[in-house]
Formats: sequence, C-alpha cells, structure tokens
Amino acid sequence: MMEITEGSHAVAEAVRLCRPQVISAYPITPQTHIVEALAEFVANCQLDAEYITVENELSALSACVGASAAGSRTYSATTSQGLMLMAEVCFNAAGMRLPIVMSIANRAMGAPLSIWNDQQDSISLRDSGWLQFYAEDNQEATDLHVLAYKVAEDHSIQLPAFVCFDGFILSHTYEPVDMLTQEDVDKYLPKFNPLERLDAADPISFGMYATPDYYLEFRYEMDQAQKRAKAVIAKAGKEFGAMFGRDYSALIEGYRLEDADTAIIAMGSICGTIKDSIDEMRAEGKKVGLLKIRVFRPFPGEEIAKMLSHVKRVAVLDKNISLGAKGATVMEIRNALYGSSIPVKGYVLGLGGRDVRKRDLKEIVALCEKGPGDQFYGLRKELI
Amino acid sequence: MTENTCELFDCGHRACGGCGAALAARLVTKAAGKDSIFVSSTGCMEVFSTPYPETAWKVPWIHSLFENAAAIASGVEASLKKQGRKEKVVIMAGDGATFDIGMICISGAFERGHDFTYVCYDNEAYMNTGIQRSGATPYDASTTTSPAGKCSFGNKRQKKDMPAILAAHGAPYVATTSIAYPADLLQKVEKAIATPGPSYVQVHAPCCTGWGFEGEQTIAIAKLAIETGLWVNYEMIEGKVTKVKKVVRKPVEEYLKTQKRFRHLFKPKRQDAEIAAIQAIADKNAEKFGIDIKLPPKKE
Repeated sequence: MMEITEGSHAVAEAVRLCRPQVISAYPITPQTHIVEALAEFVANCQLDAEYITVENELSALSACVGASAAGSRTYSATTSQGLMLMAEVCFNAAGMRLPIVMSIANRAMGAPLSIWNDQQDSISLRDSGWLQFYAEDNQEATDLHVLAYKVAEDHSIQLPAFVCFDGFILSHTYEPVDMLTQEDVDKYLPKFNPLERLDAADPISFGMYATPDYYLEFRYEMDQAQKRAKAVIAKAGKEFGAMFGRDYSALIEGYRLEDADTAIIAMGSICGTIKDSIDEMRAEGKKVGLLKIRVFRPFPGEEIAKMLSHVKRVAVLDKNISLGAKGATVMEIRNALYGSSIPVKGYVLGLGGRDVRKRDLKEIVALCEKGPGDQFYGLRKELI
Repeated sequence: MTENTCELFDCGHRACGGCGAALAARLVTKAAGKDSIFVSSTGCMEVFSTPYPETAWKVPWIHSLFENAAAIASGVEASLKKQGRKEKVVIMAGDGATFDIGMICISGAFERGHDFTYVCYDNEAYMNTGIQRSGATPYDASTTTSPAGKCSFGNKRQKKDMPAILAAHGAPYVATTSIAYPADLLQKVEKAIATPGPSYVQVHAPCCTGWGFEGEQTIAIAKLAIETGLWVNYEMIEGKVTKVKKVVRKPVEEYLKTQKRFRHLFKPKRQDAEIAAIQAIADKNAEKFGIDIKLPPKKE
C-alpha cells in the first residue's frame, strides 16, 4: 500500500516487520527518528522486542553482538561520529560472523562538525567485513532492510550488514513508499535460525584469540563469504521481486546506459538527480547514462566492467575522500577496469551536505568529455 | 583429560603456575554452575583460556573487546529474556577492563538494571600487556608504567573504590572476596547470581608474575592482604555494609615484603615514611569496616 511517509519512518516500519528481537538505541542526528519510531512501536505493543537504551554507540553495537550471539535477531541504527565510536565493534561483529543489520543515515565526519550528508562514515568502514547496501530513495531504503536480513542471515554468509541511506536527503524527506505487509515479510524472511549460539545445553566459545597459525584463514573465510554474497543477493533480490514486485537481484543498475558514451557512476540519493539530468541531457542529444551502485560490499567490480564495456568515458562521483589518495569509488572503478582503455575521471563532491544540482551534473559531464582528471567539484575558490 | 572432571573451567589452560585469576575462574564457574553464560573482556584470562581452537570453558563463553563486556552481557541478557531462557549471565573481567576502560559500559549496564553478575578478578594492574598500572593498582606498587626510581616510590594513587561506585548505581548486591577464602567466594558469587538485577563481586587475585613472588605463595599472599587490612572482604546489600571479615591484624610490612612490586620500600634502604603511609591506608580500612578483632589482654 502506498503511503506518503518520512524516510526514517518507512525504515522503522520495515525493521518492525522483520521482527527484531533485540534493538539497541542511542540518539544521533539524522538517525534518531528511526529509533524513536521503534520505541513507539514497542511502547504500543506493535513490536515485541527487547529495546535497550544504551549509554553510547559502542555499547549499542556491543549489545547487538551479545544478543545476536545468544540467538536473537538484532537491530541498531547510527551515523557518522556514532559509527566511528562503533568502529572497533564493527570489525569484531563481522569477525564473529554475527548477522546484525544496522541502518546508517549517512552523514559527514568531523572536524569540522557537520550534521549534513555525505558517505564518508560508512565508506570509512568498507574494510570491516560488513555488507554495504546503499539506497537511492526511501522505497529502496525500506526494501533493502528486509533484503539485508535475508542475505546476512543466510548460513553461507553470516556477515553483518549496513543499510545506508543519505541523512536528511532521505531520512527526513517525505516520499510515497509502497509499505510492506507483515504477512508478506513473514513469508519472505524466515525466523532467525543461527548455526551457532550461546547455549548452556551446547556450550561453545565465541571470540577466542587466534595465533598467526590460524588468523589468516579466518580473514580468508570472511572474504569468501563476501564474495558468495553476490550470488545470495542475486537470489534473495529475485525472490524479493517475485514477492513485492521490485527486483533487487542486481548489485548495480544502469539507467539509459545501453548506448551511452559517457557513464556517470554514483551511489545513494544523488542517483535520482542524475537520472533527471540525464533525461535533460538526452533531450539535448548527449548520450549520457548512469551506473548506480547499490551494493558497495561485496564490490561488483566484474559486473561493472561488463556493463561499461561500450562507453567512451566514465565520470565517478564520490561523496567521500580517502585524503591523500582519491574517492573510494573511483579507486574501485579503476581497479575494476584495469587493462581497459576507457578513461575514468573522479569527482569528489557534495561533502558535508553541499548540494549537487542538475546543472552541476551537466558541468561534470562536460568536464569529463574534455577537462582534466580527478578533482574536487564545486569548490568555492574564494575560501581557499 | 577433561572428561572425568566436573570443573566448568577446566585444566589445559595456559595460565602461569600459581595464577590467582585462573583459580578465581575455577571457583566462579563452580558457583555459577552449568546453566550460565560467561562473558569475558580482553585480558590475561581470555588469552590463557581460549587459544583457538582450544578452550578451557565448558560453559558457553563470549569475548568481544577490552571495554565492552558489560554491554555484551546486556545484549545476552536481553536476548535470553526475549527467548524465555533461564541461563544466568556472568561477566569475568580484569581490573583494567573494569576500573578503567570498561567504566562507561559498566555504568550504563548497571544503571539499566540488567540481571547479571559482574565478577572482577582484581590483580591490580594490566598483566596481559606486561604489568602496567591500572585504577586498581595500590599505592606505591612498582609497575612498568609506575616504576619505582630515584625520585619515585611507584604508583602515586590509591585504588579506586569500585564497589562504592557500583553500590551508588543502586546495585542490590556488591561484595569483595578473595581466592584465599574459597568458601566465601563461592557463597558470594552464588548470592550475587541469585540476586535479581546487576550484582558486582570483586575478587582479589594475586598475580605471581606481575607482583613478583613464587607461584606456590599465591594463597599465602592473598591471605596476608586480608590479615593486614589492605584488602577487606565485605558485602553490601542495597548499599549497606552487612558482613565483614574480621581479623587480628598484622603490620602491612608482612604483606609488602613478600612481593617484588614493593621491594623498593625495603631496599636499598627501608622507607619508613612510605611504609607508614601504607599502614595508614590499612588502619583507615580497619576503621571504616570495623575489621579488628580485639583480643583479651594476655594473662601474666
């Protein structure tokens, strides 16, 4: 049923339908509306979950680790500074192979303090072992939570997952969203049934230490699980399509890309603006298309290379920067296109909530056609 | 090797001979019983008991990080509650994890009132990383980050009063005990577990390697800590001290001289003022908790 609702509320509703048994919550802008909505669900008996109001984000994720290890489906949400406070636990949760699902309402990292959107927070944890999904709009933000549980809890994967959606731009925006029903979600998402859990009837040890004789293989197994996740996402995404009418089997999506000369590559809410600008550029005769990345981990490098084989140039947009190097996405794309002669140009933009408008995207396409290579786009020269 | 024993913290671990913490783990698991789930922090105990693929724990056990055992336990407890399961949740963490790095998680978990028992095995320094001072290190103890030297007598501060801090959180049951008194330890841990809500038990667990004594002296030294008044065994129920181990006190010197961490108080020359300052700490403990047994005057 279509409903005009705020992104955070749509996400909270999707999480409710996934029947998490333990939720831990700590406020941080722009994530807070999600955990507030979940608290209301619990207070009104619309969700039967243990709701733990922790004292900081480190404990928020730690409580999920304990709860998940003890056999419960768990959920938390955070962003930016909060995610960084969790960073140590993020690596730990993935290493213990606990399929926690966490929303990230993407926000810039301080200093200087910024509550506005970019994707530096989740990108900075790209190496932590978590699956990373990025939503273009609130429909995807809603759907991807259900998909994320299905994939994370698959016995061949057992890795935690971030569902990232742009802070304020999506989290605080009202859009029509096709709300899922409990009946359908119950059919799609089976009860949490972990392979192992803390249980007095069958005692095992979680989180042991590994000497150099064992550690390397643990990391290898995690990497293998990440790689297996591509096929599991494809299957779960297809099943989602059959059940709900929106197919998420592809980790990437093209928009008017089939005959494009210039491909723009991006993640998150910016993709909507890009699609609009592409329609305008197409009307002006420019053959521009979009390659949207919906899953950043596992990284669909081979799939991207295949989809780009016909283009003449690529403009990669990064709402993050690995300072001293490049944006995270452009580095991945160059890696994916290694050996190809397609020029790849990277644009770091939109950091700390700086607007990216249709005319900016047209300018970037023009720059990509003839301008220099990697650069920050939209700098206010008078401030430098 | 392990099949014929009924210990839940079993032989085959890699602690030093005479390790006070290993003995604490054996006694605490015995008191907790098999229907319990243990949560550990990073530290000596975690390392000596769980080198993958071996484990000394025959109860379910989880270790995550150094600082978050209380938050992990919060999640375990909530998860069990949601599933209608009855296992007891017991944390075993060292003094660094408890007095220092874990304070925020502990404060949050005690304030929320989760039903678990937090056992701190207190060996009075960071032993796993090589004997650095913690908030539990006693006055004048020489550690690798509070070394005694030409212009230092070692650690400049007294132990943090963790039991009082947790009692102030409203913890219904707080107790201190020692590996030298196993019956007392067992009884207190059982009582802590039986008490609904968050309980705290602090176990004095001498470390032969870190304190500098032979492994066969562990129990004797733990006893001396009690007998000199430098460690007091007591219970606090709803914030009120209800039970105190009374002793005929010995001078603190008898305790100090057994350990290399206090050797600088005696060699190259005796530091009377420092020994007197430590005696004053014991005297203050004695007065605060009323531990002194008054002996009748000897008959001629």
